[in-house]
Amino acid sequence: MKDYEVVIGLETHIQLNTQTKIFCSCKADSWEAAPNTNICPVCSGMPGVLPVLNSAAIHKGALLAAAMHAEVNPVSYFDRKNYFYPDLPKGYQITQFDEPIGKGGYLDLHMPDGAIRRVRIHKLHLEEDAGKTKLDHGLRLVDFNRCGVPLVEMVTEPDLRSGEEAAQYLIQLRQLLRWIGVSEADMERGHLRCDANVSIRERGSQVLNTKTEIKNVNSIDAVRQAIIEESKRQIELVESGGKVVSYTLDWDADTGKLSMMRSKETEADYRYFREPDLLPVVLTEEEIARIKAELPELPPERKARFEMEYGLSAYDAEILTEDRGLSDYFETAVASFGGEAKIVSNWMMNDLSRLMNDLGKTASELALTPAFLAQIIRMVEDGKITAATGKSLLRKVEESRREPAQIVEAEGLAVIADSDALREQIQSVLAASTAEVESFRAGKESLLGWFVGQVMRATGGKADPKRTREILLELLRQK
Amino acid sequence: MSLNQLSALEVAAHVRAGELSAREVLEASLSQIRAVDGQPGRLDKQQLDPAEEQKVHAFIRLTEDLAHRQADEVDRKISAGEDPGILAGVPVSIKDIFTLQGVETTAASRILYNFKPPYTATPVQKLIEAGALILGKVNLDEFTFGSSSESSAFKPTPNNPWNTSHVPGGSSGGSTASVAAEEVALSLGTDTGGSIRQPAAFCGVVGLKPTYGRVSRYGLMAFSSSLDCPGPIARNISDAALMLQAIAGTDPKDSTSSVVPTSNYLEALKEGVKGLRVGLSPDYTHLFYPDFETGELSLESIQKEISESVLHAASVLADLGAEIVEKVPLPNTKYSIPTYFVVSRVEAASNLHRFDGVKYGYRTPVEVEDLQDLIRRTRAEGFGSEAKLRILMGMYLSSEGFAANYYQRALKVRAMIRRDFERAFDPHGEHRLDVVLTPTTATTAFKRNDVFGNTVRMQYSDQMTVSANHAGLPAVSVPGGLDADNLPIGIQFIGPDFREDLILRAGYAYEQATLDEAWRSVRPAILRQEVAK
Repeated sequence: MKDYEVVIGLETHIQLNTQTKIFCSCKADSWEAAPNTNICPVCSGMPGVLPVLNSAAIHKGALLAAAMHAEVNPVSYFDRKNYFYPDLPKGYQITQFDEPIGKGGYLDLHMPDGAIRRVRIHKLHLEEDAGKTKLDHGLRLVDFNRCGVPLVEMVTEPDLRSGEEAAQYLIQLRQLLRWIGVSEADMERGHLRCDANVSIRERGSQVLNTKTEIKNVNSIDAVRQAIIEESKRQIELVESGGKVVSYTLDWDADTGKLSMMRSKETEADYRYFREPDLLPVVLTEEEIARIKAELPELPPERKARFEMEYGLSAYDAEILTEDRGLSDYFETAVASFGGEAKIVSNWMMNDLSRLMNDLGKTASELALTPAFLAQIIRMVEDGKITAATGKSLLRKVEESRREPAQIVEAEGLAVIADSDALREQIQSVLAASTAEVESFRAGKESLLGWFVGQVMRATGGKADPKRTREILLELLRQK
Repeated sequence: MSLNQLSALEVAAHVRAGELSAREVLEASLSQIRAVDGQPGRLDKQQLDPAEEQKVHAFIRLTEDLAHRQADEVDRKISAGEDPGILAGVPVSIKDIFTLQGVETTAASRILYNFKPPYTATPVQKLIEAGALILGKVNLDEFTFGSSSESSAFKPTPNNPWNTSHVPGGSSGGSTASVAAEEVALSLGTDTGGSIRQPAAFCGVVGLKPTYGRVSRYGLMAFSSSLDCPGPIARNISDAALMLQAIAGTDPKDSTSSVVPTSNYLEALKEGVKGLRVGLSPDYTHLFYPDFETGELSLESIQKEISESVLHAASVLADLGAEIVEKVPLPNTKYSIPTYFVVSRVEAASNLHRFDGVKYGYRTPVEVEDLQDLIRRTRAEGFGSEAKLRILMGMYLSSEGFAANYYQRALKVRAMIRRDFERAFDPHGEHRLDVVLTPTTATTAFKRNDVFGNTVRMQYSDQMTVSANHAGLPAVSVPGGLDADNLPIGIQFIGPDFREDLILRAGYAYEQATLDEAWRSVRPAILRQEVAK
């Protein structure tokens, strides 16, 4: 068998998280709304009505273009893409054709093995979403709620070489979209949709062979799997003397199988022309500069800085920059703590991350502020409370929204370092464990840990472990 | 003199002064409609008796109840001492291409025969807010596609009140016929290539196409979005100025509406024409008609009486102190109709995409095989032949491989047509014009069925008007006499962007200076018959 490589381009549709739709004042988000309840004459294509451009969509589109290192077009236009389909009430989609909001651009994929793959952007433009149709007992039902939701369509060059790279592209794109706040990027809710164009060629060749388009791949796993399946199919086909035909394929996530939707032999003619109902979108140099200035530090740069500035491992830096809120939380907590960043990182990677998972909250949603976390860590570091107390404080602060120091004070959680009080507690533990005391004294000194645990239990974890150990040894060795 | 002969300005003045109730004005208007209009347009061909044949048939639908409520509201405001608006009690008809909430808006097409919009067009809303009484929806060419009103799916189509065997022009033929027949004082029309001015000329009334963007297009069912302009139709210049005042202005619902402030159009009329530079162009003395064998343009003369009216108007204005500038070149005028064929058809085909039988309007009653079949049959049955022709042509001209040669090229020619005018109006240029004076049409109103069916010939009746649409400029058609058959002649003033005040001033000066001319005392035939009875 020849050595083949897979050539992949991804076409993504990104729902922008604006308040209202792109050309009318209906809410953009119709999640769980009954069909056709979030519509108006404009988005349902009644005759005589006119689109009015939502400037927030332009702003978010331009911000995304800047984040993708694309040129933000100072003058972009909207065009009509004409075709008939019942989910498209005007019979044309308002989109951008030859002068879109963004030109060029790329995303550098940081592969888990450390390699970087630059994925160039072929197309980045704004458009309106269409509605949805479905067949139900022989009836075709149409829901216009989604009509007019602002989208960015972003198409890559055929720069991806495996299902895994395609998955990484989507993971990093999703992270970026959330990071700059332009989309919720939830694939299950269709905020981020993906079609994959797949072809194969002999490694080393520069030819682009006939491709197939896989539709309906709406999770990252599905993209990875579908591409693997399809490239396998193409290689087997070519190896057995067949030829790849330009098909549109549908991915069924339940069965993990591809099926033919239609032949793409004839390309539709959409008869694009400028949308005469809208003015050109003009962004001045100052406006473009302002948009670029608004762009936050992006994940790869922030990750690199975390490694450099805070001495974090690549792994920790990666996790802490997965989400912008989390990374901001980390930096605020480090500043507030004032000590070694690595300590804060450990707390966040372990106990805080567990708490967030349990509660289903993101870092920015926590009542436990970075300053509160820093206070807890500081108390542990200073020996005011035990590490165990510190860990239990996380949830207490989150639930009560009270300052950690106050809780320690009110609940008497400070370490029992006072020797007399501790000695008393230990004595009663020993008194209740005569059998174990005898074993210890008979030489089974490994029981020391068990005794420490008992003391901790008795003191609610407040006993100073070092002192406890000392006193225990002293008392146990007395005959 | 009957109430119906009063101008809008006079009606509003009397109503505002409490000398006349809106209710009285309304009743007079309704009785005139009952007397001269005949049965309203209905789907499919109607068998008419000879007397009915001679009626105006401007209306598709009367909105009597609405008008009564509006009249009562105006009268209530008067008695409560509130301001009833500048059009208080003025009867108005609306071209049935503008939406009016809860009232069927058909575009004179079967495909929308039952469509009740849940929203009102901005210019209609402004008329209502100004105190006008909306008498009803008037007939037009289907989707405004035509220049005779004969392509309407609603029959009978309107007749010319000056001679009912002639067409009123179009596409705003119902509008101009209703105003000429004194059924209403004002009508709201639309002008894409001449659809206000050509029928105004044919019916002997004033028709104003404002600057593109001066009046909101919201609620106007689009023909060619980059050319469409709503505008006033009235019996004299002052009324047109008054109505423009009511409907002009920026609209947040129309991104292409202009933020340039409006003027006081009525006030401007008084300024006269002394020193105004009025241009005459050799490019407006002939039609440039294509030879279909060779593709060459050949010159066709325009009706002699019309050329004479234009020259007469020039001399009247000269006598009033205007400077007449002759031989102003507007050389790209000859390409205006071919360019219009391309631009308007491409936009129209796209604008008509939404009529698919899925959401509203007509849907084929036939059992369909699939979705494609539903859309195909609905459109095949719902659209008339002119609409289909325009869809086909628009699709062809914008299809891949042809767009560059036709659509993109037409846009370039369009820019050249505009440049012709920019040069003529350039205050530092050779001509430094304030207005251009031209004929509105090459002929007076043609007979029913004479031109209808010849879509190219029909389109060429807009040759004198369409350049203002390409260039986006304001233009007004003013009655300028009668021909030997007592059919009205229209003369046109074209002005610079947003200078409706200039063309209205020129029109007003001409109108006032010719009030005593003999032709002015001749009334439309339909009104003479009425007197004879």
